[in-house]
Amino acid sequence: MAQAVAPSKGMTLGEAGSALAFAGLALLSIIIAAKAYTPEYAFHAYLFAAGSVAAVFAIVNRYYERPAQLPPQTIDGKPNYNMGPVKFATIASVIWGIAGFTIGLLIALQLAFPALNFDTSWLSFGRMRPLHTSAVIFAFGGNVLIATSFYVVQRTCRARLAGEIAPWFVVLGYNFFIVIAGTGYLLGITQGKEYAEPEWYADLWLTVVWVTYFLVFLVTVMRRKEPHIYVANWFYFAFILTIAVLHLGNNATIPVSLFSPKSYIVWSGVQDALVQWWYGHNAVGFFLTAGFLAIMYYFIPKRAERPVYSYRLSIIHFWALIFMYIWAGPHHLHYTALPDWAQTLGMVFSVMLWMPSWGGMINGLMTLSGAWDKLRTDPVLRLMVVSVAFYGMSTFEGPLMSVKAVNSLSHYTDWTIGHVHSGALGWVAYVSFGAIYCLVPWLWNKKELYSMKAVSWHFWISTLGIVLYISSMWVAGILQGLMWRAYTGLGFLEYSFIETVEAMHPFYVIRALGGALFVAGSLIMAWNVWKTISAGQEAQEASKATQPALIAAE
Amino acid sequence: MSLWSRHKIFETNSIILVIGVLIVISIGGLVEIVPLFYLKSTIEKVEGVRPYTPLELAGRNIYVREGCYNCHSQMVRPLRDEVERYGHYSLAAESMYDRPFQWGSKRTGPDLARLGNKYSDDWHRDHLRDPRAVVPGSIMPSYPWLEKNELDAKTIGDDMKVQAALGVPYTDEMLKKAESDLRTQANADDPNTADLAKRYPNAQSRNFDGNPQKVTEADALIAYLQMLGTQVDFKLYDNKANVR
Repeated sequence: MAQAVAPSKGMTLGEAGSALAFAGLALLSIIIAAKAYTPEYAFHAYLFAAGSVAAVFAIVNRYYERPAQLPPQTIDGKPNYNMGPVKFATIASVIWGIAGFTIGLLIALQLAFPALNFDTSWLSFGRMRPLHTSAVIFAFGGNVLIATSFYVVQRTCRARLAGEIAPWFVVLGYNFFIVIAGTGYLLGITQGKEYAEPEWYADLWLTVVWVTYFLVFLVTVMRRKEPHIYVANWFYFAFILTIAVLHLGNNATIPVSLFSPKSYIVWSGVQDALVQWWYGHNAVGFFLTAGFLAIMYYFIPKRAERPVYSYRLSIIHFWALIFMYIWAGPHHLHYTALPDWAQTLGMVFSVMLWMPSWGGMINGLMTLSGAWDKLRTDPVLRLMVVSVAFYGMSTFEGPLMSVKAVNSLSHYTDWTIGHVHSGALGWVAYVSFGAIYCLVPWLWNKKELYSMKAVSWHFWISTLGIVLYISSMWVAGILQGLMWRAYTGLGFLEYSFIETVEAMHPFYVIRALGGALFVAGSLIMAWNVWKTISAGQEAQEASKATQPALIAAE
Repeated sequence: MSLWSRHKIFETNSIILVIGVLIVISIGGLVEIVPLFYLKSTIEKVEGVRPYTPLELAGRNIYVREGCYNCHSQMVRPLRDEVERYGHYSLAAESMYDRPFQWGSKRTGPDLARLGNKYSDDWHRDHLRDPRAVVPGSIMPSYPWLEKNELDAKTIGDDMKVQAALGVPYTDEMLKKAESDLRTQANADDPNTADLAKRYPNAQSRNFDGNPQKVTEADALIAYLQMLGTQVDFKLYDNKANVR
């Protein structure tokens, strides 16, 4: 790559190889489409074929358009960063975010007003709910993680992203996976495992994309000009690696046929249940926590212009967090047919997990030492600091709910939904919004965001939404749990099930109102991002913020 | 050299960091999951538990397709109110043929682990068509397409073959007769009913959706719902059998 003398233009191995691979995939997809068991699967095969043909065209076209020399690794001694894929993933995350939040609002309304299912298969709650969870976790969250990881790894390693085709393959391939997964749910293609609904062929595709993602990240780190690997990159590594392991374990299926969308998982019953929640809880632990802690470790110090509070705390809480999280899965299976010892182990580790979680929270919050005044003046920093506070709150609530006695009341109720959303809206989405608000001016070389006032509006409107959401779900969940176990003086169950459903109605309405406010906030963000890119004031020098002064305090 | 400086090896060597992370994240999962393939309580065989009939399996696949698990659990916990509301707590063996398991995580609607034989077929058909026609306060979506869609029965044998390869005790005869068994079970007057019941003890054969013209998705789903939790006779079940 670094050779200066390239006498004639030739295709690189990556260009030729990926073009050939896509041509092969296009052919295979057309054969599958022709022999598919169901029209839904044929539709997906055609999507794969169209995507592959487009990829071949894009790769060949790119080859003809580009100069004979590949982009240099450095220009005038400064790294020649590759920000195209980062820009794409940043915009994709904004769009997917709005889509995911809006579908969330729709299903919240469906629970309050069931007529909104419209008696239509693809609009019914059972198909829309996986669409919502996948859209917010994997489409919105995943694009934020890819965008920030590709940005942070380049900046903190002072190295250009490894590969030329590969980073684009990761970004576009991942978003193609989202399209296949999402349209699949609407058409009734699902594995029926929570947060792992995509069927075998989508899973295989994601595996290829993810391995490429890991290699791009790893090789970029290996080419670093800095002696140390910055703490955010440890967390990105843990996130990418663990998600790969979890994905392979929980999606170990055998397809009915190459021509069938259906597959059966190799695990069954109780074993499948624990594999699922080993996956499910650690999707929370490594996708929604480790990955977003990496965001915290780069963007908060950067925005506050303060070093990370404690280097030693970051070491301890990193290893403790990734070690303990893996054990916590069984708390999703309290009082089930899973053996007691496994449930207890899951509970004990969940309670212990409180400490490394708060280690991360303290490290994030205390990074503001000496810069607390910025909370008044910088709404972007405020978003990120409040996100860390929500992280602290939901990682206290989680261990509490994992205690078996509490869980016997809270499990199966809306309390769980409230808990998830205090983490998802308060922590994950807020730290993502903060990162997006930081990234957009940096990537498009703007002096600052188009409107800081709009950021403030976004913050207050969505905070009100979160408060309405989680408080209504606390009340609903605890009420529901208490009604299920209520007895009359004569020793009979006091409420029929349907009475407990009817009691939920007002809280479902309040929850939907909270969700609507959250959607409104995200629309303000989209407007602000668009205006910043199209009408923001240009930054003076191109390399503003190139020097990440991110040395942790000892 | 303090202990802290020893951490430098992870910070300066990406491959060692990667290996370190992989080791640390592997331990918990291995300790918790591997024993479940050996412990008596998680691999016990309980009298009465049999693989799904072709029609029930097709119904189960519709249950999965429509995402019923998003609102219904299939796991009765050993708590006083649950045992009184739903029935005997669930055993591990009762989901031994469940791929995927459908224990669920949320009860927006009631638990379904012991639903079988509690309501009539007509009730189920009406309830799926329009839940509020039979339960006024219900917030469940309507599924009117189930009784209209003809069941895709041609490939059910392929599904069973994969399950057999994964260890479900489907015999060659069961695999060969998959499609005809499916049609037999959905027809009360089929002459092969007794034959089917020999292969699948206690399989209920009848026209589940009340429409004799065709075998619909509603037939399959109701057949599945009507067998849920009915396989084990708890009068005969010995709950000490798997304690050692």
